[in-house]
Amino acid sequence: MTRSTMTFRRWLVLGVVAVTAPLGDTLLSIGMTRVGPVSLHHLSELIYAIGTPQILLGIALLICFFSSYLASLSWADLTFVLPASSIGNVIVALLACFWKHEHISPMRWLGILLITAAVGFVARGPSYTEIPHTHKPLELEPEAEPR
Amino acid sequence: MNLFTLHHGWADAAMIAAIVVSATIGDVMIASAMRTLGDLDDIRSQHGLIGAILAVLLSPRFVLGVIFMSLSFFSLLFALSHADLSLVAPASASLTFVTNAIAAKFFLHENVDRRRWIAALVVCAGVALMAM
Repeated sequence: MTRSTMTFRRWLVLGVVAVTAPLGDTLLSIGMTRVGPVSLHHLSELIYAIGTPQILLGIALLICFFSSYLASLSWADLTFVLPASSIGNVIVALLACFWKHEHISPMRWLGILLITAAVGFVARGPSYTEIPHTHKPLELEPEAEPR
Repeated sequence: MNLFTLHHGWADAAMIAAIVVSATIGDVMIASAMRTLGDLDDIRSQHGLIGAILAVLLSPRFVLGVIFMSLSFFSLLFALSHADLSLVAPASASLTFVTNAIAAKFFLHENVDRRRWIAALVVCAGVALMAM
């Protein structure tokens, strides 16, 4: 059985998932271009690459992405969260067009249109599949009484 | 097409496959962990932020999922140092939509109805078109 669990605040969390993931990936790409090709025999260079400012900023954005992604998976299905947050690809393309004045080909505009349509389509449906006996009651130590 | 181009194509495909497989396993393990824990907002209101973070970090499935996501991350870094972002990012992202939908149906028992299949495939096509 599926039901909708979305509120305005939860849509905002999905928005953070959508924006931080592609921006983080782009920063990683810029950083790795500066580091240069990494050989299979020198994989440890990947660890040193983490010290690059662009990669550090990219990782910070990806941490934001990961925490909001975890929160969203606790109240929505994976097959709802992934298409709904794919609007991030569109946001990055629009930023590239209007901010960096990059040329966007008709094929890319078609891609943007398809992703936007898919997001609108999945967003109108239920967000959570109710599966009995999946929730295990959380067992944490009760907080100590204040003295 | 010469032998170098063919070899290059297979290498790109192998790097993308490594990202897609590890990302899908990681996504499914993490989604399964979060589903088992329940709504994080409820946990936070009952046990505070530290309680919510502890609940997530102490889940074995979450830890396993993070290991696979890390594998996916380092595969992405490795692939980005050899292939173009315009190929690796959209190809791995679009393929992961489809593999995640299949894995979510069989392993997470999500109700992947026609609406979600269509959305996953349309997003996949859209991401592929944006790479052109």
